[in-house]
Amino acid sequence: MAVLTATRTTGGGARGTKRRKATRVPPVVLAFVLVPLLAEGFWVFWPALQGFYLSLTKWDGVSTPQFVGLGNYREMLHDSVFRTAALDTVLWLALFGGLSAVLGLGAALLLQQERRGVGFYRAALFLPVVFSLTATALVWQAMYQPDGLINHTLSGIGLGSLTHPWLADQDTALYAVIVPALWRQIGYVMVLYLAGLKGIDPMLYEAAKVDGASRWQQFRHITLPQLSSVNAVVLSVIIIDSLRSFDVVWALTRGGPYHSSELLSTYMYSTAFQSLRLGYGSALAVVIFVLAFGVIASYLVRAFKEAD
Amino acid sequence: MTVTHAAVPATDRTPAAEPADRPRHRPGRRRALGTAAFHTGAGLLSLIWLIPIAVVLVTSTRSFDDIAAHGLGGLPHSFTLDGFRQAWVDGGQQRALINSMLVSIPTVLLSLLLASMAAFALSRYDVPLRRVLLLVMLSGNLLPPQILLIPVSKLSEQLGFYDSLYALIGVQVGFGVGFYVFVLHGFMRAIPPEIQQAAVIDGASPWQIYHRIILPLARPALAALTALSFTWIFNDLLWAITVLRTDSKMPITASLIGLQGQYVSMWNVIAAGSVIAAAPTVIVFLRFQRHFVAGLNLGAVK
Repeated sequence: MAVLTATRTTGGGARGTKRRKATRVPPVVLAFVLVPLLAEGFWVFWPALQGFYLSLTKWDGVSTPQFVGLGNYREMLHDSVFRTAALDTVLWLALFGGLSAVLGLGAALLLQQERRGVGFYRAALFLPVVFSLTATALVWQAMYQPDGLINHTLSGIGLGSLTHPWLADQDTALYAVIVPALWRQIGYVMVLYLAGLKGIDPMLYEAAKVDGASRWQQFRHITLPQLSSVNAVVLSVIIIDSLRSFDVVWALTRGGPYHSSELLSTYMYSTAFQSLRLGYGSALAVVIFVLAFGVIASYLVRAFKEAD
Repeated sequence: MTVTHAAVPATDRTPAAEPADRPRHRPGRRRALGTAAFHTGAGLLSLIWLIPIAVVLVTSTRSFDDIAAHGLGGLPHSFTLDGFRQAWVDGGQQRALINSMLVSIPTVLLSLLLASMAAFALSRYDVPLRRVLLLVMLSGNLLPPQILLIPVSKLSEQLGFYDSLYALIGVQVGFGVGFYVFVLHGFMRAIPPEIQQAAVIDGASPWQIYHRIILPLARPALAALTALSFTWIFNDLLWAITVLRTDSKMPITASLIGLQGQYVSMWNVIAAGSVIAAAPTVIVFLRFQRHFVAGLNLGAVK
């Protein structure tokens, strides 16, 4: 799960830095930065550079990598599994991302007021956030079984014709995997929005009511604009999380049946570590990186402004 | 936030909420209706959210024969802790839970130590290129892990770390540290410079300032990040299956997948395994709920 922070809107406190200019930087302080930076360089930046290089090679992991230029990327154009995985990833972004944002905001609006019982409801919605995606997947796998609670309930209320091997059917597998992911993500988005809603000045609503604004107008013209910085955070979180989604699909379907629930992340993993096509797997990883790049860059730009 | 105005958006989404343009007679009755509608809506929603958890808890205490006879979705006719015993002993969950702890606890401590040092230096001193360094570190955490998987597994192979918990700790620290630096930096910058200047005049070394002044003041942020990062690291699957191979070294998430393959359709065992795997993070959440939620929002709205 990615967690990002919003850029600060108020400029208060930023002035303090000028005074610090006078402070000399002792060598030990430089070491304080360099040690963590080296750790990250070793485990992240250096491997990332290798990843980009490997995407231009053909490699089985044993012999020396063989440079093939853009051959892996050309292969993708004719790879039908890649097309399915890319399409599913876009669908995942739209459905998982869109629904978790909308439903998370809805839950936050419903549960924003401090009143009796609200703590329990918030905790109930938030509880799945602390489960691992693997455990979440197994919980839902039990629900989806042919004799599981979902089919059992459908038969019980006279909708027996809808009972279904949800995870085994190519037409429903992807959606059946999105549901557990949503179940876990909505509580998280809700918490972000709850904090955002808390930060809105109540006077704005008072003023709007005096002017005779309807609830919808208040929501449209006060709540939504006031939440813009939270929206930006939620959007970044959702896109990064969507592209990273792996565990829940891997634990439920391994991308099957017949690649019907394949995401780029699962296809990349199975290509690399099961088919041992490390070059092609790296190229798939680069595609994921390119898709995430816009979000990463725009987030960094905002963070750069905040860091003054 | 006052109660009167906040009721407006709160009841907005409940199905039975009254239209806004209705004349405002009898506010007491209106409020009672709103409250009832709120509890119905929120209660139903919570129920939907809790049902899968309840199903797993119940399934984990049923016997295999009961599930076979009455179906997974049927009402329970038995109570036994046999599933837990099988998952814990035969399924290797005990070993896996120990592995998870052996990875999670050092990773959390090491990441936060390194991150707080870097954040201290970048926020309290005029380190050259400090903004660039901060963002470079943050950008590492934003990368999709997929780009790192193959090189990291090969790198740990070359170093002889492959299939050892050290590799897992190393990569988790390296990948997570950038985010923690960014969050702690934001928090430490808010500490007034005068406190530090007073210590400098008294002849305190940077280490003393870090250790005695800044770290204690950053405790709320550190507590929040501890709760949060423990959950992330404990719940990780991808890095574990990338750098580990031997079953007996796998942490609990990966071992759950093994359990799923080993005990196909023995749902009491699989459910018990899921309960065991989820229990530590649920305990952390319940015990440190406020820190946890604060962690998710750290710096989000100031």
